[in-house]
Amino acid sequence: MSDLPLIQADRAVPSPASTATFTGGGRGRRLRLLSRTDRVVITLMVLVPLLIVVGLVWLPALATVALSGTNWDGIGPLSEITWVGGRNYSDVIHNYPPFQPAIHNNLLWLAALFVVATPLGMFLAVLLDKEIRGSRFYQTALYLPVVLSLALIGFVWQLIYSRDQGLLNAVLGTSTDWYGDPDVNIWAVLVAAGWRHVGYIMLLYLAGLKGVDPSLREAASVDGASETSTFFRVVFPVMRPINIIVLVVTVIESLRAFDLVWVINKGRNGLELISALVTSNVVGEASRIGFGSALATIMLMISLIFITAYLAVVMREDRR
Amino acid sequence: MSRPRTEAEYLARLVPPSVAGIGRRRLLAGAAGAGALLGTGALAGCGSDSGSGSGSGSKTVSLGSNQSDPNPKAVIAKVMDGFKTSTGIEAQINTVDHNTYQENINNYLQGKPDDVFMWFAGYRMRFFANKGLAGDLTETWGKLSGYSDAFKKASTGDDGKQYFVPTSYYPWAMFYRKSVWEQRGYQVPKTLDELNTLGAQMKKDGLNPIAFADKDGWPAMGTFDVLNLRINGYQFHVDLMAGKETWTSDKVKKVFDTWKGLLPLHQPDSLGRTWQEAAQSLQQKKSGMYLLGLFVAQQFGNDEQNDIDFFTFPEIDPAIGAKALDAPIDGYMMARKPKSEANARKLLEYVGSKDAANITVKNDPSTLVANSGADTSGYTALQKKAAELVGSATEIAQFLDRDTRPDFASTVIIPAFQQFIKNPNDIDGLVNSIENQKKSIFSS
Repeated sequence: MSDLPLIQADRAVPSPASTATFTGGGRGRRLRLLSRTDRVVITLMVLVPLLIVVGLVWLPALATVALSGTNWDGIGPLSEITWVGGRNYSDVIHNYPPFQPAIHNNLLWLAALFVVATPLGMFLAVLLDKEIRGSRFYQTALYLPVVLSLALIGFVWQLIYSRDQGLLNAVLGTSTDWYGDPDVNIWAVLVAAGWRHVGYIMLLYLAGLKGVDPSLREAASVDGASETSTFFRVVFPVMRPINIIVLVVTVIESLRAFDLVWVINKGRNGLELISALVTSNVVGEASRIGFGSALATIMLMISLIFITAYLAVVMREDRR
Repeated sequence: MSRPRTEAEYLARLVPPSVAGIGRRRLLAGAAGAGALLGTGALAGCGSDSGSGSGSGSKTVSLGSNQSDPNPKAVIAKVMDGFKTSTGIEAQINTVDHNTYQENINNYLQGKPDDVFMWFAGYRMRFFANKGLAGDLTETWGKLSGYSDAFKKASTGDDGKQYFVPTSYYPWAMFYRKSVWEQRGYQVPKTLDELNTLGAQMKKDGLNPIAFADKDGWPAMGTFDVLNLRINGYQFHVDLMAGKETWTSDKVKKVFDTWKGLLPLHQPDSLGRTWQEAAQSLQQKKSGMYLLGLFVAQQFGNDEQNDIDFFTFPEIDPAIGAKALDAPIDGYMMARKPKSEANARKLLEYVGSKDAANITVKNDPSTLVANSGADTSGYTALQKKAAELVGSATEIAQFLDRDTRPDFASTVIIPAFQQFIKNPNDIDGLVNSIENQKKSIFSS
């Protein structure tokens, strides 16, 4: 307990109130501790974000869940919506061929970013932290893709990957259909997505590395630790908060992956992603709002798994 | 309850009570209330629209245009100049990128659409007419002249009233370069067998017999359409599109089977290629022919326009013949409650007139005008031949994604056809999957 002075102080305030005999008086006393302005500020600080979160996150999310049980086509008043129960969900699973590949591709996306792109970004950050010559140039070069929108990246890579007119086939002398062959295109796209992700992670991690106390490294080298063991045993554990952010960013990036495949072929033919399926059903002329909402709800459930796992880990760690 | 021991735990505890405090039922009630508010807001908006429209003295009318490419956009501007000269009413053109326009059409028509908007004939027109999102143009049609019955039929909704003024159209056919065919001595095939023989010869000569691209999903619909029209005829095609025929029938399987037989003649790896790239392979004399709309000419230089020729897809079944084809019609519709209905009707009358058609003929070589009264002496040779082809057609289909429900076309047909191109061997599994999804969509 003694390592938590802030909470100790907080705990001190309500302690009189906790004695049963003074309940009424204690309550009054506690209110009086806050001035009028304080109370207004606190109320506003709670209410405004609450309204924003409820209005922009919770209501749409609940509306999506509610609509997923209907067959609304987006036209006409809400009163004309017919309830179809779980039919959309059974259609998604049993009667929608792009769904299985989409789940598969989303997981593949997560794995590829997590296993390849993120470690590579961290590695590059460690290299750049060594103050090598031209470090600024490398930083800029590696970070550049992050500045570009994914839609633009899709276009840039299209010039490289195009079967008949692309750079890659011209250089290699092959005629691989990089974007069209469903066995190849997901990997081609992952290279493009990873290219951007590496830069993002590198910058995040580099910022973290700059904040590591140099005396830790000095102490480690005085103790005779090698570069590698200094990183893994001293620097990496110290960077815990950044590591968690990097992990979260990776998960978020792979769940919201969308732009790239949408630009390439609207998430069809080997590039199915749940987000793209949601969009192609809800947005546009198709207007299968109910069916698309069912897909969106499934995506929400998948996100919840990761969010719950993340919160559980963070809270358990903090409690320790 | 013990005190929270960390700040995070303290914050975490704050969340559930605040959510629980509002309660599920009240949240839902709130959602319904918000929905009702939105609904009434939209209705109120419409009311004020029609109210302000009663001022008959206004001299403007708004037009929603999807012609965002520079050339067609300039043509529309010229037509609207002509409208101003002839009636004194100024048309305000709101041009939107055509893909965006199409994707937002539902919201656009339910919100505050322009008085007159551009759209397509076929199911896509009838759909909005049924939903009450388009204005009845029967009265305006009474003042139009120069339209064949085929065009009038294509402009008529399910209730027998007209909702559409057709202005232009273009046929789908097999395009080729005259110079290549003359040099190699190729003859236009009249039957499927002749097409196969010609394809084999082209392969020997080092050409892709039939250019092909389906990255965007829709070009393959043209192939399916024409095969179905040749094998099963127009009526079956229309009924299939309307969801009345089953996809698991032997007739549909025969279409896929024929297509499978032709696939080796098509340019390989089509799923990564755009139609522009495929058209360029024709232009660069790497491909022998290409089944596409008249707009294929856009990919050719001005000096090469005279080298483009086409033939209609050959006959497969002599009992059916080769007289039906896809020729999508573009035109104009009126919003359900235009701000100024009188001006909107004047505009529709004008765009349907031969004056407007004449302006289009003079300025746009990539399309054909629907009004037969127009002076078509300015047509290029290609346009003349295309107009003859459509004129001699016994039946005209619009194109798969204009002839059926858009949700069926975009979320079922596109992935299914791409699946077929990937693996043409599992036709039974494919048609079963399409039929199951069709039942689910058409029943809703």
